[in-house]
Amino acid sequence: MTTPGAISEATTLFDKLWWEHAVCELDNGETLLYLDRVFLHERTGSIALQSLHAAGYGVRDARKVFCTMDHIVDTFPGRGDATLMPSGTDFITATRNETRAANIRLFDVDDPNQGIVHVISPEQGLVLPGLTLVCPDSHTCTQGAIGALAWGIGSSEAEHAMATGTLRVRKPKNMRVVIDGALQPGVTAKDLVLNLIARFGANGGAGYAVEFAGSTVRDLEVEARFTLCNMAVEFSAFTAVIAPDEKVEAYFHGRDFAPKGEHWRDAVEHWRSLRSDEAARFDRELHVDASTIQPAVTWGTSPEQVVSIGESIPYPDTFAEDHRRESAVRALAYQNLAPGKHLVDISIDAAFIGSCTNSRLSDLQAAAAVVKGRRIAPGVRGVVVPGSRRVKKAAEREGLDQIFTAAGFEWRDSGCSMCFYAGGETFGANQRVISTTNRNFEGRQGPNTRTHLASPATVAASAIAGSFISAEMLAESELLAS
Amino acid sequence: MKAFTVHTGVAAPLLRRNIDTDAIIPSREMKRVSKQGLGEGLFAGWRYTLPGGREQNPSFVLNRPEYRNTSILLSGENFGCGSSREHAVWALAEYGIRAVIASGFGAIFHTNCIRNGILPVCLDEQAISDLAERVQKDPQINLVEIDLNRCRIVCGDRELEFALEEGARHMLLNGLDPIALTLQQRKLIDQFENTRRKKHAWAFAPFEDCVEGVLP
Ligand code: SF4
Repeated sequence: MTTPGAISEATTLFDKLWWEHAVCELDNGETLLYLDRVFLHERTGSIALQSLHAAGYGVRDARKVFCTMDHIVDTFPGRGDATLMPSGTDFITATRNETRAANIRLFDVDDPNQGIVHVISPEQGLVLPGLTLVCPDSHTCTQGAIGALAWGIGSSEAEHAMATGTLRVRKPKNMRVVIDGALQPGVTAKDLVLNLIARFGANGGAGYAVEFAGSTVRDLEVEARFTLCNMAVEFSAFTAVIAPDEKVEAYFHGRDFAPKGEHWRDAVEHWRSLRSDEAARFDRELHVDASTIQPAVTWGTSPEQVVSIGESIPYPDTFAEDHRRESAVRALAYQNLAPGKHLVDISIDAAFIGSCTNSRLSDLQAAAAVVKGRRIAPGVRGVVVPGSRRVKKAAEREGLDQIFTAAGFEWRDSGCSMCFYAGGETFGANQRVISTTNRNFEGRQGPNTRTHLASPATVAASAIAGSFISAEMLAESELLAS
Repeated sequence: MKAFTVHTGVAAPLLRRNIDTDAIIPSREMKRVSKQGLGEGLFAGWRYTLPGGREQNPSFVLNRPEYRNTSILLSGENFGCGSSREHAVWALAEYGIRAVIASGFGAIFHTNCIRNGILPVCLDEQAISDLAERVQKDPQINLVEIDLNRCRIVCGDRELEFALEEGARHMLLNGLDPIALTLQQRKLIDQFENTRRKKHAWAFAPFEDCVEGVLP
């Protein structure tokens, strides 16, 4: 075992964050990393706490552990502890009991600060630039967007994190994804990340921590950066990071758990050092020209199966590798789609706006801007689920809920909702859903539900048209029709 | 934790890439606040004819008589990608799976395996399809032997070498409890924390400025 020395060479942002939290390097090549925050949710938190106690361990410092009810909790207005999944209530009650016993701060079902873990942790300043955060949820990488070292873990790791305040981790390699160029109108961070995964594969980031850099990334607002980093796990990366800048400072200023006064000044001073040194070396570097990117949608059951929305469903033969052809055939069968069919000609049954990818205020604003003054296509079901209760309240203050409900959307309470099937709610078998979520796996949104991922604006536009269409195309087609 | 040293068993090929944890254990099968009772839900979407049902789909590999008592899975790249749910590993373990041989793993899934005594073996795709071909001829006879001491896989006259990071190998071979192991470093962790608190007090506020358990 050795104690890590001072960092002298040119260093990447990720490595800076890593070595700053290295308690020691272990003999076996792993690093013992110090954790600043641990977040739990009701899906796995109660099991982790139960099992920790059963093994005779306690929580090292409960003040740094937080828990929310997001995964299973119902999102119908006026909800209580009941869920459509018969045993869902057990998870909620167990979480309540376990967190209370361990003295862990819980954002309960009726808490005004409740919401999806990855939405509420920055919203309240529970995660900050330069901190480490882990959560037994794969989309914890979302928080890298503000310059935190945050990654998803399993339940056993969550137990280890709580008991010891550390994790044993093998250091991943460094990758930089440089995105330059101006985004075309209507193109968002979601389209960027879907394109990235399509181009370099769902496995493209395996073994790496990814730093997103370049002028396009700098131009993105903080909430859009969350969307970008959220899907790093769909790229198979260990996590993603973005260097914090003045936008991030402004974002955190005054948040409940953000440092105040002198602490704030110290924090900001430190945050300004959190960037890759000019001469830092990356094990792999990818370049993306953002100006060529169009609004995207997934057609298959892997996040790499992506097309631009004006295109058609690809023919499996057009994929060079055997495994891509095979998975295309399987995906088309599951999705019940014929190759060659234009996306605009494919009708949808439902539209879902929500999840830790796209449920923040700016996402709802983007969707509402499309929906305003229009109506959902007949037969299409639309559901909007704000990522947190605070987002919900802020949206209502702006009248976004009115815009959505007037257009025929359901306006829900906050939670993961139909991003996946845990609460027992689904759009149903064989239903084609366009969704702002992050996973289009078979059965993700319920048995035999067909999921297509896209940005909030695209989902909103498609709900209005009843088929796959971008907001720009929708506006054009209406202009032609009038 | 269950140790893994040498294991010999029936191997079943599930040669797809990107088998995600939603497929290994669909969320609808995670019914109880428990690590137990998940084996039945393993691969439920493929294993049973109807969602939530228990009527076996006879064509799914694990349901075929020649693959009874399967304890080793052969799969493609990126096995266990997606959701971090450790239920996927608990389900595999309860079903009786001791090792997964694939050409790549989801990172969180890989760690979850080690923490639960399941051996994740990484081999190239060609080696896995060779192995699958041998096994398929008669899965109950052509057993696969995995020796973690020597990092070798044997199937008939075919012997393959694999690599596993030393840390993970040590954990598995000895069935170690990583929490107990790390707690041996408690002093060092405390020291680190104190230094960090001095240097970056902002990172500890407001939690430590407040009365225990009462937060703003
Ligand atoms: S919104 Fe979806 S992806 Fe995000 S944490 Fe919840 S279930 Fe996971």
